[in-house]
Order: sequence, then C-alpha cells, then structure tokens
Amino acid sequence: MDKPAQIDEARDPLSIAEHWIEDGRAVAIATVVETWGSAPRPAGSHLVIDEEGNFHGSVSGGCVEGAVVTEAMDVLSTGEPRMLEFGVADETAWRVGLSCGGRIKVYVERLS
Amino acid sequence: MDAGLLKQLNAERRARRAAILVTDLEGGADRLIREGDEVEGELGEAVARAFRSGRSVAVEADGRKLFLNAHLPSPRLVVIGAVHISQALAPMASLAGYPVEIVDPRTAFATAERFPGVALHAQWPQDVLERQPLDRFTALAAVTHDPKIDDFALKAALDADCFYVGALGSRKTHAKRVERLLALGATSAQIERIHAPIGLEIGAASPSEIAVAVLAQVILAFRSRGREARGEAA
Repeated sequence: MDKPAQIDEARDPLSIAEHWIEDGRAVAIATVVETWGSAPRPAGSHLVIDEEGNFHGSVSGGCVEGAVVTEAMDVLSTGEPRMLEFGVADETAWRVGLSCGGRIKVYVERLS
Repeated sequence: MDAGLLKQLNAERRARRAAILVTDLEGGADRLIREGDEVEGELGEAVARAFRSGRSVAVEADGRKLFLNAHLPSPRLVVIGAVHISQALAPMASLAGYPVEIVDPRTAFATAERFPGVALHAQWPQDVLERQPLDRFTALAAVTHDPKIDDFALKAALDADCFYVGALGSRKTHAKRVERLLALGATSAQIERIHAPIGLEIGAASPSEIAVAVLAQVILAFRSRGREARGEAA
C-alpha cells in the first residue's frame, strides 16, 4: 500500500498529457466526476487519450475504458466536451458497463 | 481544459503544493486554485472542504455545476533518529500510507540491517534537509533525545510548516528544548505546534506502542489539516 511521495511521471496521466501536448499531439482528458455505489476508481481519476487512441490512466477497472477512448475520438474531432454515464453491465445486451454494480459519470474534454 | 492551466497544475503537483482544478461542467472557463487563495461564496466553502479532505467532488456552487479535482501531495513522515521506536514506526507508517525516511548521523544506529527496506540517511539532518526540504505535507518526528541531532530538524520543520511536528522526551526535557529553540529564533506560536511529549495518550510503554501513539497522532494531524485541531499531546 506504499505510495511514493513524488509523482511517478512515467505513469501519471496528467504529466503524460502535458508531454503529449508538447509533442504536438491532440489530447483528450477524461475525468471521473461522480460515482455511486462500489465504483472502482474515485472521483478525480483520469484517463488521457491522444488522437491515435493511445491512452494512459484509468476511470474504471478496465470495464469502460474502451468506450471512453471511442468517445474521446469524437470529442477530439468536434472539440465539444461530453458527459458519459456508465451503469451496471448488462451481459445479455452486450452493453458496456461496470460489473461491480456501481455507476460513474465521466467528463471528457479536449485539451486546448 | 487549457494546456497552460494543465502545465501550472502539474508544476504545483511536482512542487508538492496542494491545488484544486475547478472544471465548469457547463462549458465555462476552468480555474486553478492554490491552497491559501481567497475564494468567495459557496465555491469558497466547497474548496476549503476539498483541501481539508483531499476528496474530489462535483458541486453546485453560485448557480453553476462545477467539478473540484483536489490534488493534494501524498503525506510522508521524516523520522530523526534510527532508534528502537523507529524500527517499529517505519513499517507501520508505510502500511498506513505514510512513506518514511529516517535520518540519523550515527552510523551505528542507521544501518540497513536494523532497517531493511527503509529509506535511510546516515547523515546529519542539515545535509539531508538541504537536499530534500520539508514541506506542509511532511510530518517530522524527532526521537533521538540528542539536541545536536534533533534541534535543527525541529526548527526546520516549524519553519516549513510541517503538518505534524513531534519530539520525544519528558516535560522537563521539552522545557529545556523550548529554551534552545527560542534561542534559535523560533516563535512561541511555533513552539505551541510541537507535540511533546510525543504521541497520543494511549498509555504506550514499549517502543512499538510508542510508535503506534506517534503514528495515530500523525494521522490525526493530517486528517484535521486546516482546522487547527490538534491531538492532545500525551
């Protein structure tokens, strides 16, 4: 459970986003802004995405990252921020969701 | 988010200073707030709460939907003295989420054999703290009993506004220490901040029990940051 006192820049999403911008890449930032129930990542967690679909960080336990990356592509091309909401996974409907039973809201915006 | 704002936020995080990024979820301008900045209205209250708890939260303030992302540096604990108490304190504090560094110039005490896997500096506090300065998210516990080693570190911790400053020693020992610290230029308000005798009052007797009392006091101080509520010194 040990946490380093310093930021690990190679794994820190916000540091990576800054470096990507410096490299001239288009970058979207997704942020968990609300959680209900047993959400895997707390509010404030980030996933950062570039225009080729590379990403770092997490907004869930890997359950919805794919969908967030897809939405982030749209946000990058339109420039319009978007609020996404994910609930419990419905296995029969093949919908993307959280198997833990929680719900989360994720705000996706372009870094400009 | 504006790339310039991200750069500023990351600079604050790298410098181990607390900051909150306020995102307007209805498309307005974002804002970076540093701890200590004056913020008015409902937002001000929400910001104060987030700085205290470290929890990021969506709020409605002054008629707008906002997200407050609280970026607080991880707390850490610097222990002056590679003594018996520190041997118990280092693994416990680390488990509790407070990484520990131990400083003691006495090379007979500060050995890797006595402190396996612990960040250890067999050097004078003056030298270590010059390289790695203390800050408001650092706790300092001075447990050598030796003024030559403890005093400088205690004064440095008070000047850096460490969230916790504790010193081992009886009331009599502490009274003498206070005189020395005043002579070093500490103010009486600073002296008030020192937890001495060290540790929450739990009747601790053995070195390991004293370590529990110190760790509990560190946690209390961290969780009541900004409220000036301090644990009763034992």
